[in-house]
Amino acid sequence: MAFKGVIEVDTNLCKGCSVCIANCPTDSIQLSRAVNSKGYHYAEMKGDACVGCGACGVVCPDSVITVYRVKIQ
Amino acid sequence: MNIEDIKRPENIVYKRPALLTDNVMHYCPGCSHGTVHKLVAEIIDEMGIQEKTVGVCPVGCSVFAYNYIDIDWQEAAHGRAPAVATATKRLYPDKYVFTYQGDGDLASIGTAEIIHACSRGENIVVIFINNGIYGMTGGQMAPTTLIGMKTATTPYGRDPKLNGFPLVIADMVAQLDGTAFITRQSVHTAAAARKAKAAIRKAFEYSSKGVGLSFVEIVSTCNSGWKMSPVDANKWMVEHMFAKYPVGDIKDVLAK
Ligand SMILES: Cc1ncc(C[n+]2csc(CCOP(=O)(O)OP(=O)(O)O)c2C)c(N)n1
Ligand code: SF4
Ligand code: SF4
Ligand code: SF4
Ligand SMILES: [Mg+2]
Repeated sequence: MAFKGVIEVDTNLCKGCSVCIANCPTDSIQLSRAVNSKGYHYAEMKGDACVGCGACGVVCPDSVITVYRVKIQ
Repeated sequence: MNIEDIKRPENIVYKRPALLTDNVMHYCPGCSHGTVHKLVAEIIDEMGIQEKTVGVCPVGCSVFAYNYIDIDWQEAAHGRAPAVATATKRLYPDKYVFTYQGDGDLASIGTAEIIHACSRGENIVVIFINNGIYGMTGGQMAPTTLIGMKTATTPYGRDPKLNGFPLVIADMVAQLDGTAFITRQSVHTAAAARKAKAAIRKAFEYSSKGVGLSFVEIVSTCNSGWKMSPVDANKWMVEHMFAKYPVGDIKDVLAK
């Protein structure tokens, strides 16, 4: 069984610490070029390899990631 | 399947814990304190004990923990959280009472309070954030600072001849008859955070069994004080802190 995932980052509250990026097994997160209102480059999903494992959400110190996952055949 | 079809409430597998307030944490980017707060919030929610839990805040970066987890809190004077928790638990024996303390707070100014609370076997939980430094005040040496580690007050690295040796508090309190469960964990990866969560939950469960004090050390980072990026601080912690503070259970009186 395979899974496809999507993450949603509360970009205004992300502090750009990159801990989520270091923990993603599929290299699906990057820091944005733009900055948020606090001046941080925020985390954003890249590519379509996310499997919705939830690792990024668990390690985010500011708890600003929501992870979605669906089964695909 | 496109992204908007996946982003539906029924497909959520991870979200911000319900017991975290909307307040933006004042911690530096990547600080371990935030990750531990999240685990505590999840455990209290999952155990259904929001109305029965009292946290005791320290002095240190986590002095404002009461702004972030939606439960009852007490603020203690520097290092005195185990004494405040003792009184709270004795007056309200049906409550779940925990302290949340840094290494400066617990292992330096509050050494007497933690040793005696452990020795008395108070039925409380102690969450001990060991980042090897005084984070809040600008990165001075703590009793837990590693040999050779540079801090604001040991600019050439901690020298045992001048500054003494690191204090390994969890192993010390494991010797005391009043402690029930002692473990050392970390939160730098998802797997580590899940283990830490299970350990903190066990500590909360033990605290209602009358078996003594449960002590959960979280080997942590203070990337600002260590003067590293958050990701490098996590790597440095694994490479250096774990040698002196290895993760794993140290004592469990109920282990079969
Ligand atoms: C009686 C007293 N002495 C000293 C201080 C200064 N002080 C504030 S926080 C702190 C140490 C904090 O270090 P730690 O407990 O390790 O917490 P961290 O910030 O690293 O999480 C000190 C010495 C104080 N506030 N009160
Ligand atoms: S871990 Fe959280 S705060 Fe840090 S970059 Fe990722 S989303 Fe942002
Ligand atoms: S859910 Fe897993 S795969 Fe997807 S971005 Fe987060 S860590 Fe990467
Ligand atoms: S100074 Fe250190 S302990 Fe305090 S919030 Fe910053 S990183 Fe965390
Ligand atoms: Mg500290």
